[in-house]
Amino acid sequence: MKILVCISKTPDTTAKIAFTDNNTKFATAGVQWIINPYDEWYALIRAIEIKEKDSSASITLVNVGGVDAEPIIRKALALGGDEAIRISHDPQESYDTAVQISAIAKDGGFDLILTGRETIDYLGSSVGGMLSEMLDLPYVAMATKLELTGKTATVTREIEGGVEICEVELPVVISCQKGMAEARIPNMRGIMAARTKPLKVVEPIAVEAMTSTLSFELPPPKAGVKLVDADNVEELVRLLHDEAKVI
Amino acid sequence: MPVLVFIDQSEGQVKKASLEALTYGAKLAEQLGTHAEGVLLGKVTEDPSLLGKYGVKKIHHVDHDELTHLDSQVYTKVIAEVATSMGAKLIIFSNNADGKTIAPRLSVKLKAALVTGAIALPETGDGFMVRKNVFSGKAFANISLKTDIKIIALNPNAYKIVSGEGTAEVVSFAAQIESPKVKVTQTDKITGSVPLSEAERVVSAGRGLKGPENWGMIEELAEELNAALACSRPVADTNWRPHHEHVGQTGLAIAPNLYIAIGISGAIQHLAGVNRSKVIVVINKDAEAPFFKAADYGIVGDAFEIVPKLTAAIKNKKANG
Ligand SMILES: Cc1cc2nc3c(=O)[nH]c(=O)nc-3n(C[C@H](O)[C@H](O)[C@H](O)COP(=O)(O)OP(=O)(O)OC[C@H]3O[C@@H](n4cnc5c(N)ncnc54)[C@H](O)[C@@H]3O)c2cc1C
Ligand SMILES: Nc1ncnc2c1ncn2[C@@H]1O[C@H](COP(=O)(O)O)[C@@H](O)[C@H]1O
Repeated sequence: MKILVCISKTPDTTAKIAFTDNNTKFATAGVQWIINPYDEWYALIRAIEIKEKDSSASITLVNVGGVDAEPIIRKALALGGDEAIRISHDPQESYDTAVQISAIAKDGGFDLILTGRETIDYLGSSVGGMLSEMLDLPYVAMATKLELTGKTATVTREIEGGVEICEVELPVVISCQKGMAEARIPNMRGIMAARTKPLKVVEPIAVEAMTSTLSFELPPPKAGVKLVDADNVEELVRLLHDEAKVI
Repeated sequence: MPVLVFIDQSEGQVKKASLEALTYGAKLAEQLGTHAEGVLLGKVTEDPSLLGKYGVKKIHHVDHDELTHLDSQVYTKVIAEVATSMGAKLIIFSNNADGKTIAPRLSVKLKAALVTGAIALPETGDGFMVRKNVFSGKAFANISLKTDIKIIALNPNAYKIVSGEGTAEVVSFAAQIESPKVKVTQTDKITGSVPLSEAERVVSAGRGLKGPENWGMIEELAEELNAALACSRPVADTNWRPHHEHVGQTGLAIAPNLYIAIGISGAIQHLAGVNRSKVIVVINKDAEAPFFKAADYGIVGDAFEIVPKLTAAIKNKKANG
């Protein structure tokens, strides 16, 4: 069982969102970087759980990013990845990322390719689907559960107002979200071991981007809260009805 | 060069998110001086021609048993065939679970630029630019699409459904259907409640409620408002409430017209999933709770006293106008 987990680097969830260069660039000064939560908590930890049950399984991590992504890659190795590949390139869109990863995945012989549901900065939710088309593999998005029986994966995915359970033969691409696994923290042994695990750096392939980000904007600030007295809930109902027109 | 809209259905019913996509597609077609058509896969219980009232002129219906459930490979091939046959240069999806599964594949197949999470009509005067949510809804980005064929996945609840007169011509499209590799064995729908992702009103509660046994009053308020239920992450993590109710950065991101937050502090990760709500009401006993900064209306006080009173006041308002 060979598992590929796609790991991206995102600003910490409490990071202040601001832009520079005439609103064309994310202001990175002072920002802490983390492994995208969906990639870490769900895709990677589920892969580790699978490996814990099947010692023949191996976990390869892949990241498309600059050398500044290495701390998060080391953390993923500390959690339990076996080896990592960093494609040395700063991707500007999901398509670019998917092309880079597909080049690694094509000849890698992976049975399972896991991504997060989405990156919490770009919110593309696209890399997994694009990758699956490039590799001509089945794809299940936003999975909340994954069980393996031999070469068959049983996957639960979220749909509007419920879930759908499906079966699919490996190899398959799956994007992961909450429910898959419980978050963990790396232990000392893992952190020590991660220092010597292989982290290979490879060159990107040339891609012609299909999109470009022209500018960013912050939403207008809220006007301020209108407080209603606790003894006067009727006033709140009136405001929601007459003023906000939402009930 | 008509606009093509993917019409998503589940168990024969066209989803609300698709009605938004249809309205959006029709409006975009009008902006570009063309018309919109739809593509519908699988069986539906209603007459598809009725979807014409959302502005589509024609619907390509591919009625086949193998299309009952989504398999992204099969769906992508069929949609690509329809798009190519009609020369569509613009394809619209809802950015819901199915849209997120199919649109990226189709983008690769048709070499078409894709924007997911669009929140408004594109600007098409000079180039082609779409606004989308980024940074968990804390900001917007303006994305330029540079290819000949373009795909937009519209965020649910971002575009208002408009219906008028009109019926669509329904043509059956004969496509080569492969047998799906993803075999759906079971579908579990939570019956009787409004799906959270589609809800216009949401009542949400957090750790301030103290324990799962106190959710009765929250459910009653939600029922009175015909609202869906949501909760903060620790509430789902401790299994007070089911996981699918968890909203926020790592849960569901929602954009209802009304979001009522009860006993939730308003941590930045929680706000990330709900800050696109049109109107936010906060009920919290701590006047310093950060949520009040993101709220439109608020009551400082004990939820256990306020919520039952609020439910009664709404009931009263309904009865007496
Ligand atoms: C990486 C990361 C991702 C995260 N993702 C999410 C996410 O997606 N969603 C999410 O919700 N959280 C998320 N969190 C957690 C988040 O930081 C907060 O811890 C969480 O939202 C707090 O939940 P809460 O407001 O219910 O509880 P608390 O913070 O404990 O707040 C309870 C509130 O209830 C009020 N209260 C108490 N008693 C009463 C009463 N009787 N009447 C009225 N009010 C009362 C209190 O004043 C307080 O404000 C994430 C955290 C991290 C680190
Ligand atoms: N730069 C990257 N390197 C490796 N994997 C990535 C990268 N960007 C995105 N991914 C993976 O693709 C998923 C979806 O990303 P996106 O389409 O950008 O929302 C993420 O959760 C990651 O698993």
